[in-house]
Amino acid sequence: MNLPASISEARARLADRTLSANELVRAELKAMAAARPLNAFITETPEIALAMAGESDRRLARGEARALEGIPLAIKDLFCTKGVLTTAASHILDGFQPTYESTVTRKLWEAGAILLGKTNLDEFAMGSSNESSHYGPVKSPWRRAGDNRPLTPGGSSGGSAAAVAAGLALGATGTDTGGSIRQPAAVSGVVGLKPTYGRCSRWGIVAFASSLDQAGPFARNVRDAAVLLRSMAGFDPQDSTSADRPVPDYELACERPARGIKVGVPGEYRVAGMPPEIEALWQRGCDWLKAAGAEVVEVSLPHTKYALPAYYIVAPAEASSNLARYDGVRYGLRVPGEDIQQMYEKTRAAGFGCEVRRRVLIGTYVLSAGYYDAYYVKAQKLRRLIKQDFQAAFGRVDAILTPTTPGPAFALGEKADDPIAMYLNDVFTVTANLAGLPGISVPAGLSADGLPLGLQLLGPAFAEETILTLAAELERAASFTARPEPWWRLP
Amino acid sequence: MPANKPSEIDTATVRRIARLARIAVKDAELPALAKELGGILAWVAVLDEVDTAAVAPMASVHDEVLRWREDRVTDGGYSADIVANAPAQEAGFFAVPKVVE
Repeated sequence: MNLPASISEARARLADRTLSANELVRAELKAMAAARPLNAFITETPEIALAMAGESDRRLARGEARALEGIPLAIKDLFCTKGVLTTAASHILDGFQPTYESTVTRKLWEAGAILLGKTNLDEFAMGSSNESSHYGPVKSPWRRAGDNRPLTPGGSSGGSAAAVAAGLALGATGTDTGGSIRQPAAVSGVVGLKPTYGRCSRWGIVAFASSLDQAGPFARNVRDAAVLLRSMAGFDPQDSTSADRPVPDYELACERPARGIKVGVPGEYRVAGMPPEIEALWQRGCDWLKAAGAEVVEVSLPHTKYALPAYYIVAPAEASSNLARYDGVRYGLRVPGEDIQQMYEKTRAAGFGCEVRRRVLIGTYVLSAGYYDAYYVKAQKLRRLIKQDFQAAFGRVDAILTPTTPGPAFALGEKADDPIAMYLNDVFTVTANLAGLPGISVPAGLSADGLPLGLQLLGPAFAEETILTLAAELERAASFTARPEPWWRLP
Repeated sequence: MPANKPSEIDTATVRRIARLARIAVKDAELPALAKELGGILAWVAVLDEVDTAAVAPMASVHDEVLRWREDRVTDGGYSADIVANAPAQEAGFFAVPKVVE
């Protein structure tokens, strides 16, 4: 059987009964099992997938198909799934089987989607390369031309990006706290969408930095991302920051003309040392949008250079608070000690990896007496200035176009020894999290050594439709059809 | 750099922070951690370039106040679920080492 290339194609074939959900799921499970060298999944759930496919086929036969009936998805292992191991790629959550379902995954199952498995990620979503996972890094399906060294799929949602890029799932969920959907999407050659803060419920997602975390979809194309977002988004009274506003039909936005839309290009994103191929890609993006009738103008976001340092105060501060709950009492790992203090300290020492420990310590420091104002409050003030930069820019333009990442995928191990070099991967994505804005990454070209590069569109709060319209236009113009060679397939 | 920011992090500070964070750190790890954390804190000190005296700190992008709801119990009644993942439990309670003599 030829696997469908997209959710749209799968929906059509499932609807006219030329493909059954069971056949589709069996084919994806086979592809997933054959791709174990990628290490994209922490947990495969074939029994659940086949049971869900059975239900989908019964509904399809009765003509009662729901929006995502029979569509197999990969779920980042940060979403709690009832009765299914949920690890956040951390040793400290060993054996954790939630007794509840996250709102986003519940909504996907209610729309008829099918769980294939839980994907690998950086531990607690802290990382840009997947190397901080307790379960080992995901290997990108992509390789440099003439070079077999394993590359990063990006992070933190690296397993989800790799699963979609390698054709192991038609779509996937991710979370984006500083770029964790858009950066892996860009370096893996797939579409990744971070919605406006509050658009998708955070309930049941393992928390990293609660004022920044937001769930979103990975897909093969822009329309599929729109279809997934429509089922993931919506008001949830269980998340106090969930937005109580209607969910538009995002798919329709992919059809609208880009003519007349004003797109800003921020000069501050032309960072020193930007590789010429990234600059050229950005220019091509501008030209494509102009050719489609959009108006492209320069805008200024003056506080851009402070976004990453502010983020590396705010996010660790929130993480140190959120991760206080992992103490060996309620779930996961417990390392015994002579008293309860020692039990806490030994459990957390054994359970957290290096990057998580680093961020919890930084977060604890910037929140500690004497430093709170100098670091944490200072970063919160910069955060306001960054949000105000965007407010001013969006007074003049409808969307902003930037590269998604400063370069293509790097080799595993290449940046592992230098935390700040690793943090710089998020330089173009982190601003949207601080300001709570929606962003999408679209595959737009290949680097000189044959690796995917992405362009990013940012919009005002709740303007997902505008960036989807522009993203669909970029996608048409770029006609990115490159696929990785399936070197990973086991016999 | 303001006087309240040290120019580097010493091992005693790392030990104090690790204690606050309830993470056991071996003495041998302290110097490397001090260097790493010091590097990050030096890097974020670039924020001091910006005069923020007149800027209000922003904790959340949500400017609106939190929603109110009716004051009634809407959740609960599943204590077995709550302790289901506990490393140790007794009679439906979380079990921990003795904390009161």
